Amino acid sequence: MGTTMLDARIPSGPIEQKWDNCRFEMKLVNPANRRKFSIIIVGSGLAGAAAAASLGQQGYQVHCFSYHDSPRRAHSIAAQGGINAAKNYRNDGDSIYRLFYDTVKGGDFRAREANVYRLAQLSVNIIDQCVAQGVPFAREYGGLLDTRSFGGVQVSRTFYARGQTGQQLLLGAYQALEEQIAAGTVKMHSRCEMLDLVVVDGRARGIVTRNLVTGAIECHAADVVVLATGGYSNVFNLSTNAKASNCTAIWRAHRRGAFFANPCFTQIHPTCIPLTSEHQSKLTLMSESLRNDGRVWVPKKKGDQRSPNEIPEEDRDYYLERRYPSFGNLVPRDIASRAAKEICDEGRGVGSSGQGVYLDFRDAIQRMGLEVVREKYGNLFEIYEKITGEDAYKVPMRIYPAPHYTMGGLWVDYHLMSNVPGLFVGGEANFSDHGANRLGASALMQGLADGYFIIPATVPNYIAANPLAKVDTSHPAFQAVKADVEKRISTMLSINGKRSAESFLRELGKLVWDDCGMARSEQSLQHALAEIPKLRDEFWHNLRVIGTGEELNQSLEKAGRVADFFELAELLCIDALHRKESCGGHFRVEYQTPDGEARRDDENFSYCAAWEWKGEGVAPELHKEPLTFEYVHLTQRSYK
Amino acid sequence: MNLFLKIWRQSRKDAPGEFKEYQVRDITPDMSFLEMLDALNEDLNARGEPPVAFEHDCREGICGSCGFLINGVAHGGQRGTTVCQLSMRFFKDGDRLTLEPWRASAFPIIRDLVVDRSAFDRILQAGGFISAPTGSAPDANAILVPKEAADTAFDAAACIGCGACVAACPNAAAMLFTSAKLTHLNKLPQGQPQRDQRTLNMAAAMSREGFGSCTNHGECEAVCPKEIPIEFIGNMNRDLIRAAWKRRREPLTLSESPKDER
Repeated sequence: MGTTMLDARIPSGPIEQKWDNCRFEMKLVNPANRRKFSIIIVGSGLAGAAAAASLGQQGYQVHCFSYHDSPRRAHSIAAQGGINAAKNYRNDGDSIYRLFYDTVKGGDFRAREANVYRLAQLSVNIIDQCVAQGVPFAREYGGLLDTRSFGGVQVSRTFYARGQTGQQLLLGAYQALEEQIAAGTVKMHSRCEMLDLVVVDGRARGIVTRNLVTGAIECHAADVVVLATGGYSNVFNLSTNAKASNCTAIWRAHRRGAFFANPCFTQIHPTCIPLTSEHQSKLTLMSESLRNDGRVWVPKKKGDQRSPNEIPEEDRDYYLERRYPSFGNLVPRDIASRAAKEICDEGRGVGSSGQGVYLDFRDAIQRMGLEVVREKYGNLFEIYEKITGEDAYKVPMRIYPAPHYTMGGLWVDYHLMSNVPGLFVGGEANFSDHGANRLGASALMQGLADGYFIIPATVPNYIAANPLAKVDTSHPAFQAVKADVEKRISTMLSINGKRSAESFLRELGKLVWDDCGMARSEQSLQHALAEIPKLRDEFWHNLRVIGTGEELNQSLEKAGRVADFFELAELLCIDALHRKESCGGHFRVEYQTPDGEARRDDENFSYCAAWEWKGEGVAPELHKEPLTFEYVHLTQRSYK
Repeated sequence: MNLFLKIWRQSRKDAPGEFKEYQVRDITPDMSFLEMLDALNEDLNARGEPPVAFEHDCREGICGSCGFLINGVAHGGQRGTTVCQLSMRFFKDGDRLTLEPWRASAFPIIRDLVVDRSAFDRILQAGGFISAPTGSAPDANAILVPKEAADTAFDAAACIGCGACVAACPNAAAMLFTSAKLTHLNKLPQGQPQRDQRTLNMAAAMSREGFGSCTNHGECEAVCPKEIPIEFIGNMNRDLIRAAWKRRREPLTLSESPKDER
């Protein structure tokens, strides 16, 4: 394995001044010259829409791509709970430094300090920006903003819009984007899927897309390419991600040279509705905010068949409150998920499958009254009732962990630029700020920090600092990539086997979940690494896609995405196998403390693992970016 | 349970369409309506027939991608529910269900149950925003918003842009959609400076896109998966009169048709 050192371009100076220093040192583009530069942004979620709108406002020619019919459909819309900001409006001891500290600790010391500090600084500006756009955050009677607390912290810093915060923030960014589209600074390419990246003379200079309605394969050239295409939880097939969420954009960029960092850092969210049948197409999240007022428990006795309301207090095990008295039900996600798994593995799980624990609002309703609970969580209780047919005001919810978010992603430096010059990556698609575990209400914060504030500062600097030769789509590099894309599509259409892409993803997802999900071992990972290539081989020989490439063909879209998930799944397992420690969402059963907590190995694994693609069937090469902690002292995380 | 489906099949925008009949078997009550269609498509794929195209993404009722008519009712008739959240518990063995796309000239059919709703984006482009360029915002708590205004704005902002209101309206009006965005932005203090311009421009965009006008049938409210109330259309009409009455500047200029191609 190689030892190339990656340059993260972390600015000089004390941590409080790094972002200011960085911005001062950046080169600027004269307003009159901005319209001469073009920027491609792939994805229209929080990071993509915010970046497109902000760069459009500055005067660049922006082209934004989305495979949806409208930018408003991006999966950011489904985020429920809230967005963190170190405003300290509650006067409860919060500060930028505390948000920074909580995030580094919550990420189990596998994030870059300088990035996290900047995120905490920008959190304050994000709330200001969103309020100015008219995002209807929850308010108190005096007209001031309301906040609530969230997992992994002891202050109240989460701003929210009922249980639909992601929707409201995305609509804010979407409306800003639509304003720029009307102004002509942004050209929106809807129903247009990026299928490959084009690199010319070592720089990212464009993309190749498929028009999902006509099937046309098209080349687009620009000075900069920004990917904001989300995470890859659907590699597990069943996850809380939207059905179309996929890894194709980042995976294709990886194959063109961008390093993929920490793929094994995946987050399993503790509060999802348990799986009920094998036909189920996705898992539904119940916001973590429910853990503010809901209490998690299981029966003390194995196989207790009584209905939950008949189980008296003394026969209940409020296991999170018991094991973690100071954080209780608000421990971070990785810890809550693992605790639920252990309880169910012991045979104390509830529900028909035994894969579930109760989340009970009885005490909250007694304490605050039904109306207050309804006001805070009404829409979540409705979602629960629609799916399960049960009224959670009367019987406790049943919840179980599910894949939800991926901390890993394309490697980026402090400027959010990948190792391929000119290729920037924002939001969940990059590996950036959450280390090995993301705290609740931090995804929206990071997506918007990247989109509104970081990319609109660092992309212009790149443009100003680098003389970029004129390149258009007639360049042979574009034609070569286009030919690759066309060949791949025609291959998928011509296999004419027996199985749908959907059925392959179901099988792959189950394999990855069983072997590389909440608990991983050398043995399970070796098993997955032996099975994935066999299944992938079958995919390329037995896939059946009906129809042609010259029409709206949802099976063909799916097949391309599943093909990329196969390759990513393998890298995910390779990374998990190489990281011989447990940290955050990555739990290796061989590395745990006597009381079952994750045991990190800072001596040997305090680095970010960035993998380089070396070709099909060739082992990827590991590059390490060492992580140093000057401000937050490395300790074993304790929430007891 | 077993069901009989009659589904609109149309291969592309300008091709003729027709209803085709299908049978689905062994559907369980814990499946969602779209999971039932997944099963049908898996079957069609195995038989070498083109699967039914329908839009969907989040499958938890928030992205607004999904939607079609089931026996003439947008999203299938369970109150406050998108078709992705509609459970098969709602149906019984032997039911005959007719599935059609949204029918409105402003929503051309792309394929099967998929329609083009980009007209909604263009209505938003005409004024569905508060101009606040990045970096220009004052401290968030410097703007006080009365709780009632914030709550009403939220209720209106809950619209997911699915298009059911248009599909249910005998006039194919987009008034519920447009009025929801206007109520959201016009209720807030931040939205006041652009209020009149926004209202006039979005109303003009609505007609330009070929949507009809409201004649108070109330079908939109009945099918809205987010239960947006028809009162918001009243708000919109009041704001329209207000804007026309109290012009700030003469002559008032309305925005041109956006440059985006159809």
